[in-house]
Amino acid sequence: MLSMTNIPDQKSLSRQLAVAERRNKIKAFVLVVPLLLFVLASFVLPIASLVWLGGYNDTFSKALPETTRLLQQWDAKSPISEELAASFVTELRAAKLKDAAVPTRVATVINREQAGSLSKIKQVLTASDMASPFKEHLIALNDEWAKPDIWHAMKIVAPSFTPRFYLQALDHRITADGTIVSETDDNAIQILLFSRTLMVAAIVTLLCAILGFPIAYIMAHAETKTSNMMLIVVLLPFWTSLLVRTTAWIALLQQNGVINDLLVRIGLIDNDHRLVMMYNMFATLVAMTHVLLPFMILPLFSVMKSIKGNLTRAALSLGATPWTAFWKVYFPQTIPGLGAGCLLVFILAVGYYITPALVGGQSGQLISNIIAFHMQKTLNWSLASAIGTLLLIGVLLLYWLYNRLVGIDKMKLA
Amino acid sequence: MKMLNGKWMLLGALGTLAVTTATAQAGQLTVISWGGAYTTSQVEAYQKPWMAKSGNTIVSADYNGGLAEVKAQVQSGNVTWDVVDVETSEGVSGCNDGLFEKIDASKLPKGDNGASPLDDFVPGAITDCAISTIAYANIFGYDSTKFAGDKPTKVADFFDLKKFPGKRGMKKEAKVNLEMALMADGVAAADVYKVLATKEGVDRAFKKLETIKGSIVWWEAGAQPPQLLASGEVTMTTAYNGRLFTPAVTENKPFVIVWDGQQQVFDTWAIPKGSKNKDLALDFIAFSTGTKPLADQARYIPYGPARKSSAPLVGKFKDDKTDMAPHMPTNPENMKNAIVQDVKFWADHYDELNERFVSWIGK
Repeated sequence: MLSMTNIPDQKSLSRQLAVAERRNKIKAFVLVVPLLLFVLASFVLPIASLVWLGGYNDTFSKALPETTRLLQQWDAKSPISEELAASFVTELRAAKLKDAAVPTRVATVINREQAGSLSKIKQVLTASDMASPFKEHLIALNDEWAKPDIWHAMKIVAPSFTPRFYLQALDHRITADGTIVSETDDNAIQILLFSRTLMVAAIVTLLCAILGFPIAYIMAHAETKTSNMMLIVVLLPFWTSLLVRTTAWIALLQQNGVINDLLVRIGLIDNDHRLVMMYNMFATLVAMTHVLLPFMILPLFSVMKSIKGNLTRAALSLGATPWTAFWKVYFPQTIPGLGAGCLLVFILAVGYYITPALVGGQSGQLISNIIAFHMQKTLNWSLASAIGTLLLIGVLLLYWLYNRLVGIDKMKLA
Repeated sequence: MKMLNGKWMLLGALGTLAVTTATAQAGQLTVISWGGAYTTSQVEAYQKPWMAKSGNTIVSADYNGGLAEVKAQVQSGNVTWDVVDVETSEGVSGCNDGLFEKIDASKLPKGDNGASPLDDFVPGAITDCAISTIAYANIFGYDSTKFAGDKPTKVADFFDLKKFPGKRGMKKEAKVNLEMALMADGVAAADVYKVLATKEGVDRAFKKLETIKGSIVWWEAGAQPPQLLASGEVTMTTAYNGRLFTPAVTENKPFVIVWDGQQQVFDTWAIPKGSKNKDLALDFIAFSTGTKPLADQARYIPYGPARKSSAPLVGKFKDDKTDMAPHMPTNPENMKNAIVQDVKFWADHYDELNERFVSWIGK
């Protein structure tokens, strides 16, 4: 590379070193580019768009820009101006000429704030004679246009940037004059479901910890042959479809199911008083604990496996009772595994919805069911995004709390 | 796929292989429906004859309803579904949202009796984007072995836990349940939607539902009600009429359908906007909503054809023994106290009433 005649001085040597180093850095970067792109495309972008979609909806303002401007000037109290009515009708009908779906999409958005608006706006679209004076024509079409309700709804949905989906996700509504009111009792549900979801996740985590700890302990301290056997049994549910496992619980727990039949046959319960174990909270907890148990056992097992027995033996030989030796010496060493297991189970449980929906009946209604409902049925993806974002923030807060209490660096997954 | 077609078309243009182009033009259509006996009936009555006639192939797949997948496909511009079976109300809301292609119903074939398509389809069967194939009924049924004395005959009996004890299966949705509650509470079929449009009417419906709330087992997929009845988990359940008919007739299950208060809903074909095979999809829809295929479908499932001209052609079930007419939702004997789901009402009130329903069910 270097010619003999040109002996390099200090400066050019260090420059060449820098070039070589940069080249290495670029090479290393090129190697991680696919991963970086993957993480960006599959993780960062979806979450960013989730947060964005929950607070931004330009369906109305993009189709009716002038009406949006006029609505923002309107104080929501005085009667609406002819100018506003004219701009609404002309912009709506002009939008139809470009793309027939645009005005009905706008109408759907308004209809979410004021039920019944959809058919009234469709009337405006198909009416043959819509000319000045527009306000009178609208009222002639349907006297609902004389009431402020539908105009209020439009004022609420007009701004592109809007807190209304996040508010709705917290059982609040924004009114036309900008004040925030809480949802009526008939319609409030989100906060109840958020707290129910967190509660179910917490109980399931606790149950998994109580059940998983002894199993992991026995596995870690048994002979290799036995512990391998147990490991297969623990992993077996992983190889079965989630739906099959859930359906199996239905077959076991229902009123004419295996467990009830068995109890009746051996005479423990009367045929007319079969236990109700299905379509309630009990079924949700049982099925979710079963599905999530391996996520608790595996990290616990791997941590317990690496704990040396001599510390406990030393404690015992120094006079500690078996309980003290376990609690003061053995248990603290399992914390990294227990913490990892709890975090895994909890976070997975918070997002669960198929299992609770199938076995939980009314009580199986969790916040993820509402997200799925708005994604699939009402197509109100903005609201679904807002609820999803709040759920994400909740989980991140718990993660932060966990980090403060236990320390994330202490976590051991396997 | 697209590239492949392009290549074949190039070959065709060169005029080298006339035969090859003919087969290459034969396309492939992806048709999405609800699965089970219902999809089977569509495969037998629509898909196989159409494939035989046109030489095209159909990939048939199932889904669980809802427009989320269609919306995701249309928004991302990657539309892989060509024809989807949706309820009329979803056909209308999807059309409003710009998710479906408009279909000009006047260009559909005439009925076999020569009636123009606009006259031949029963009222409400044609919407801007969706063309109906059949009308099914939301009914309720019971297990006759569970009630020794009197049997349920009226929609009010569904809510009578004293006379007819046991759990009730209901679909986890506001639609159908609110109408049913009002009819059980004594509202005449003709007034149901008028009453439901008022705040008092909605309160009344929820109050009626509240009386049996503790005994309801909620179902989501059409296959669940017969399972709930068969396992004895419920003694009565709402269901789609075909889902109770099939086990009752083919497996001799003791399921009895109560037609009082039945609610008819159309199932429709719609084409997701931006389908790459729009013309083929239209051809398939035109074929399958013809007089004969619609009548043929009744051989496999007791759903009423959407064309008037099909009704006289409805014969026997595929076992060649059971007469289908008495099992049809459109049978006059079954229509004494019946409503047709009001699509316009639900387009206006779906969000509002479901919000309250979801909140009610969660508490």
